[in-house]
Amino acid sequence: MSADLTSSEPLVAVEDLHTYYGKSHILQGVSLYVGKGEVVGLLGRNGVGKSTTLKTIMGLVHPHRGKVLFAGKPITGLPAHKLARLGIGYVPEDRRIFRLLTVMENLRTGLDRHGVSEARKQELLDKALAYFPILAERRNQAGGTLSGGEQQMLAIARAMMLEPKIILLDEPTEGLMPRMVSQIREIIDALHREGVAILLVEQNVPLTLEASERIYIMEKGVIRHHAAASELMLNDAVIHRYLGV
Amino acid sequence: MGIEHFLAAIPWEKIIIQTVNGIVTGMILALIASGLTLIFGIMDVVNFAHGELFMLGAYVGVVVLATSGSFWVALVVSTLVIALLGAAIQVTTLRPLLGRDPLTTILATFGVSLVLQNYALWQFGPVARKIQEPFTGYFTLFYLDYPWYRLLIAGLSAAIIGAFWLFLKFGKYGIWIRATTQDRVMAQAMGIPVPWVHTGAFAIGAGMAAASGVLFGPLVGVNHTMGLDWILKAFIVVVVGGMGSLGGSIAASIFISLLEAYASIWVSPAQAVIVSFVVLILTLLFRPTGLFVPTPK
Repeated sequence: MSADLTSSEPLVAVEDLHTYYGKSHILQGVSLYVGKGEVVGLLGRNGVGKSTTLKTIMGLVHPHRGKVLFAGKPITGLPAHKLARLGIGYVPEDRRIFRLLTVMENLRTGLDRHGVSEARKQELLDKALAYFPILAERRNQAGGTLSGGEQQMLAIARAMMLEPKIILLDEPTEGLMPRMVSQIREIIDALHREGVAILLVEQNVPLTLEASERIYIMEKGVIRHHAAASELMLNDAVIHRYLGV
Repeated sequence: MGIEHFLAAIPWEKIIIQTVNGIVTGMILALIASGLTLIFGIMDVVNFAHGELFMLGAYVGVVVLATSGSFWVALVVSTLVIALLGAAIQVTTLRPLLGRDPLTTILATFGVSLVLQNYALWQFGPVARKIQEPFTGYFTLFYLDYPWYRLLIAGLSAAIIGAFWLFLKFGKYGIWIRATTQDRVMAQAMGIPVPWVHTGAFAIGAGMAAASGVLFGPLVGVNHTMGLDWILKAFIVVVVGGMGSLGGSIAASIFISLLEAYASIWVSPAQAVIVSFVVLILTLLFRPTGLFVPTPK
């Protein structure tokens, strides 16, 4: 079964992104899109610009050239907090939990927005804590005291508080125990079922192939390959060529 | 025998009086330093204009007191006016400099301090003004008539700091301030409007400086250079308390004020100031992260 590679209405699309860090040309013309409710994997070796792509979409890094579109509208250059309010959730590679804030306070950073009723806030909290019961147990503990896996769950739960239409997930399984990895996998599926789109950056190739519908493979700041995940599962020559696994 | 002699030689009455004095000035200092450390913690800005916000706060207090006749109205109005002024200063001078070399913000706030100081001189003249304390009762502390107002200063300062702490701990915007202080980038990614949180924090710091200016006004004359002494001490306690640590600054304020107060039992108050510099130097030499913060791991 081949996925539809030309979905008509992408939720997020980036066109010809060029991003620099100082003089280093990190993104050299990246184009990709994520459809509504779609899980898309972004694979590549270390340092090819995967995280920078996510940061550029999130407005944390400003591109020198190129466009970012959200639901068809240009969002390039908007400040990150406006993008978060539009419905882009960001789970960074190093999790970036607010270490001195409690678990509940970490969640509240995304919850205390204009126009969210108390009932809705409670609903969002209940849902996230149902996914991650451990966070309910740790609710009054400082974020910095959680284990790596718990911090990862908190980072995802925190992004969920924004009621995102898409979550940019940067290496969620990095450094986690196998049991935690499968839990992250379940969460990705659950978010997918709820219609949340995910742009997943991962080093864990099998997990990415299983969780995603489509895959982009990056090399040296550009997209080298774009295919349905099911196709790549059958044809590991491509994976081997670009990722060496 | 020796011990009795020694105990008898200790001027207990003076020590108790100086303890009260030290706590009173310590609380005022804590109120000023809290704003300074809040601003530094959240946007890495060393605000050299903080003393001038304190001074202008006292002047606005003078003006409002003259028109309204109420000390309490003067206190509230001055706090609000200077908070607004602080917000305006932040938006026009500091926001465009965010993320630049710290030196640029130091120079910018230093420039603002000179402008404010000379504005005050031009507007109010070189003669010191007086703020009448809201009540003039005394109580007897050993051989002294001690003004109740001084205790009120300590109590009100503590109340303002306490309210500020509750706001930081439980308020929605308090959580925004703490999140932004810890990780500016991630706060943005969580939808927190970081530029406005910076403006708000600066306004709060400015308002706290103004409140301490009005509270302290009755004890000294209000003039255009009154901020200088305090800003220097506030910088010392912010460093000694650990840059950006609110609790550390408060503890350091009281600690240093008490030391100075005790020192002035034996030396003149002008010489007693040396104590705070000695503490500053020792802190920088042996514990540069601050006396009142846990050792970083």
